[in-house]
Amino acid sequence: MNAPSAVLGSRDRSVRRDGIDIRGLLFAGFLLLALLFSLAILTVLVGSQVVQGFPVFAERGIDFLTSDLASNPANAGVAQGIVGTALLVVVVAVLAFPVGIMTALYLEEYAGDTALARFININVRNLAGVPSVVYGILGLAVFVTLLAVLGDGDGKTILSGGLTLAVLVLPLVIITSAEAIRAVPDALREAGFGLGGSRWQVIRQLILPAAAPGILTGTVLALSRAIGETAVLILVGAVLGSFSTNGSLGALLTGPYTALPAIVFDWARKPGPAFQADTSAAIIVLLAITILANAMAVVLRNRYERKW
Amino acid sequence: MTTTSSEGPAPAGPDPVLEADTAEPAASVAPAVVRLRDVGLFYGEFRAVKGVSFDVPTHQITSIIGPSGSGKSTLLRSINRMNDLIAGTRMEGEILYHEENLYASYVDPVEVRRRIGMVFQKPNPFPKSIYDNVAFGPRLNGFKGDLDGLVEQSLRRAAIWDEVKDKLKQSGLTLSGGQQQRLCIARAIATDPEVILMDEPCSALDPRATLQIEQLMAEIKERYTIVIVTHNMQQAARASDRTVFLNMAEDRAGYIVEQGETAQIFTNPTHQMTEDYVSGRFG
Repeated sequence: MNAPSAVLGSRDRSVRRDGIDIRGLLFAGFLLLALLFSLAILTVLVGSQVVQGFPVFAERGIDFLTSDLASNPANAGVAQGIVGTALLVVVVAVLAFPVGIMTALYLEEYAGDTALARFININVRNLAGVPSVVYGILGLAVFVTLLAVLGDGDGKTILSGGLTLAVLVLPLVIITSAEAIRAVPDALREAGFGLGGSRWQVIRQLILPAAAPGILTGTVLALSRAIGETAVLILVGAVLGSFSTNGSLGALLTGPYTALPAIVFDWARKPGPAFQADTSAAIIVLLAITILANAMAVVLRNRYERKW
Repeated sequence: MTTTSSEGPAPAGPDPVLEADTAEPAASVAPAVVRLRDVGLFYGEFRAVKGVSFDVPTHQITSIIGPSGSGKSTLLRSINRMNDLIAGTRMEGEILYHEENLYASYVDPVEVRRRIGMVFQKPNPFPKSIYDNVAFGPRLNGFKGDLDGLVEQSLRRAAIWDEVKDKLKQSGLTLSGGQQQRLCIARAIATDPEVILMDEPCSALDPRATLQIEQLMAEIKERYTIVIVTHNMQQAARASDRTVFLNMAEDRAGYIVEQGETAQIFTNPTHQMTEDYVSGRFG
């Protein structure tokens, strides 16, 4: 570097490299290390489960997926958990998606930039950060009690579980949907209004289709959160241990139910290597379902993705 | 320019002694479809435009010129109530459309925008097919009739039919910038508006595409009345019949310096400021 007082034109015009950029290389190296660290943890986690759980599938094959819960680890299966989780997902999707997307639409397209809207926005974000146990307590106090009063059972059914999970993921659905709606270019809105579209027409025909891929991604991610949620389900009464559905999986709708994460939690506490293997196998099933849901989200998003 | 006027047979041709200087709008040769009366526009507390009055004569092209920040676009967007969509905007004065105040409480802004269409600065076709882009407005209005015919007619009027007739199912976004803008004009035409507002429609286009749009404007003014905001002085001089020159006052609010026949504004302006601006000495 020349001093500022150097005569004009005397600056070094060489374009050759001065030397190796050690700080730059070090920085890149650290970034790579961080990446490898995360990858290694993931590999160890998934790998150990696969190693432990694989023999179960090798030995029993599809039987593990179609058997009911049992106290004998050699017969125990996750069928009730798979059906329970699937039913919970349906309840969550039916309840949380419409309410969440409509809330997001209202906040983004109707509410305007008022103090109240800002207050609600901030609090939706806070709700997303509330620990899930708290939602479990809420579900126990409100939904289980309510359903016990309305129905003839103890209220600990798929419906109360699904309701609680729906409330749990609602903030996530609202936030991701609102972000997708906000990302729709104003030019599209203006074009729609400029042609004499009413607010409803512009939202229905332009904004929602344009925001659909983003909304879809967010909602499926919220779903996979619900799929893996454990503490909430245990609080609102997913059965730990075995129970009989009298051979009919439909009985899960109105009576006792369980879900995959609850089964994992329950089996993991049991002694003996046989149940440990079953636990790992159940974890693999849970992971497979979650990955499937995420893959679905990616495929759907790519199919509907639009450019502007 | 007066061929379609049914009442008040106005004398054809420019009036050489037309006085176009004062804040009072000059008597137009053609009947006005839109009249602005002492219009002031606000963003919250900030006044963007003040005391603007001018007439938009039917089947003519009126250009609004002026330096950046003089409120040209804001003013244009007030004519079809697009500013309603921006929170905190306020308007004073009157904008009359066929002598009806567009800002009266009983006026439906959606209806206003169906009669006063708009073409934007950046071409903004919908992420839909070319056909669906043009059919969008008519479908909104519940158009019952020959939609195919209407789409073709609109695309023909926007001078883009020959380029797209074989690919109507393709996305409007696959077209070039100039084609996209003509598609947007076709889309605006399809709702059969009386007035078309254009907000710097060529600022994102190359000179050739710009020329095409200008030719198109000259062709469609027989059917529509056009108000165009432009940064491009040559464009205003070439393409418009009347010119309104806005400038920013000390308080940053836009006001009309001068308005009149385009030829007079560009060749024989009354104000020194106008002359400086149109000759490129400031702005």
